[in-house]
Amino acid sequence: MDWNWFHRMGSPRWFYLVTSRWMPWFGAATLILLVTGLVWGMGFAPEDARQGNSFRIIYLHVPAAFLALAGYFLMASAGAIGLIWKMKLSYMVMKCAAPIGAALTFVALFTGAVWGKPTWGSYWVWDARVTSMLILFFLYVGVMAVGNAFHSQEAGNKASAVLALVGTVNIPIIYKSVDWWFTLHQPSTIKLTSAPTMHPDMFQPLLVMILGFYCFYALALLLSVRVEILKRERKTAWVREIVGEHLTLKDSGLR
Amino acid sequence: MLTNTNSGFFAYLRRDLLLAYRRKGEAAGPVIFFIMATTLIPLGVSPEAKSLEGISAGIIWVMALLATLLSTDSLFASDFKDGSLEQMLIAPDLLVMPVLGKVVAHWLTTGLPLTIVSPVLGIMLSLPSSALSPLVAGLAVGTASLSLIGALGAALTVSLQKGGLLLTLIVIPLYIPVIIFGSAMAQFGIDGLSWGSPLAVLGTLLAMAVVLCPLAIAAILRLTTINQ
Repeated sequence: MDWNWFHRMGSPRWFYLVTSRWMPWFGAATLILLVTGLVWGMGFAPEDARQGNSFRIIYLHVPAAFLALAGYFLMASAGAIGLIWKMKLSYMVMKCAAPIGAALTFVALFTGAVWGKPTWGSYWVWDARVTSMLILFFLYVGVMAVGNAFHSQEAGNKASAVLALVGTVNIPIIYKSVDWWFTLHQPSTIKLTSAPTMHPDMFQPLLVMILGFYCFYALALLLSVRVEILKRERKTAWVREIVGEHLTLKDSGLR
Repeated sequence: MLTNTNSGFFAYLRRDLLLAYRRKGEAAGPVIFFIMATTLIPLGVSPEAKSLEGISAGIIWVMALLATLLSTDSLFASDFKDGSLEQMLIAPDLLVMPVLGKVVAHWLTTGLPLTIVSPVLGIMLSLPSSALSPLVAGLAVGTASLSLIGALGAALTVSLQKGGLLLTLIVIPLYIPVIIFGSAMAQFGIDGLSWGSPLAVLGTLLAMAVVLCPLAIAAILRLTTINQ
């Protein structure tokens, strides 16, 4: 098997130049999918029989929760690749994925609270999924904090990669135990909304929104990785060529 | 080589126990914290037995967790400052066994005393007597996991100036399964159920922690102290 592409990926320069060509496509896909999904979901999908219009926040809540969880595994995998193959770029991806994931987790928690008020009667309920999401948020914040705490980039990279991996081992354990904890304490008054039988008219816009969020995630991650590449490689010739000599000089003058 | 693998374990276990014995005031810290912080609960919540009964097991678990967390901060700190941690890292022995020795010493000086004191606090917080033995058994097994997981956080933050808050941030999410099953055990005792199954889960968590944590700690110590 040819592994050339994999090793080429390790070069920040190659990655930057290749993704330059992808950016407009991701931007366009994100815009089209999100606008379509939002207009369809907010305006045209039928009202829910029990929850009325308030259910429509599902079109933000579910995709955000999806990506928050998937983003953690992406971040941890990037950290693992960095540790194993000592790839600079992979650490950059890990570092940039953490704040995006934390923001999405926050969006999921916030929209959940907004949704919870009309459906459950309170903004916050110690439900298994809500609690797990909160813990996921803490895990993200931990990885971010560890990454920034060290003076040397190298140590910060490795430490946060290890922490992300430790978190990955623990996520299933934490989820299972929170699940079990919730069934132990389950209050009988709250009936959880599970959506196994969602009407196709409601489900199709949700699918579009999930796809849109995936594209948005890729776009946001690529944008911040590209900035990170420019920042870390600012002394190299190719970055000076792209950004322009005067800009890098001004930047170094400011520091 | 194989005959040497245990030597580091006992050497570091004895060394850390001796250090704890010579700094008695410092070693008593977690237990004092545990007792004093728990005393605040009846003052803050309510002195009535009825309202304490339901929460006392959970309170004791939370306080034991915090007391362990408070003491893990210094697990590698003094070794890092005086350079003996570096000696441990460059020694030809496997790093895993000395690390495990240090963590076991940590448990013997924090987790075990906390476990021994806990029934007294349980009685003071009017914990039903049927919950006392699951509380003690749970703490004995659970605090060992807490020491191992806490050591992982301590290894990550050892070379940092202000690692305390960061340690909390790293370690508390990882503590969650232990506290869930630990306090559930006491709850099972109160409800008169057999508390064998949560104890088995706590034992599983401990078995996994004993196998995985020293390996992770050894790797982290190499990463964070060498190229800080």
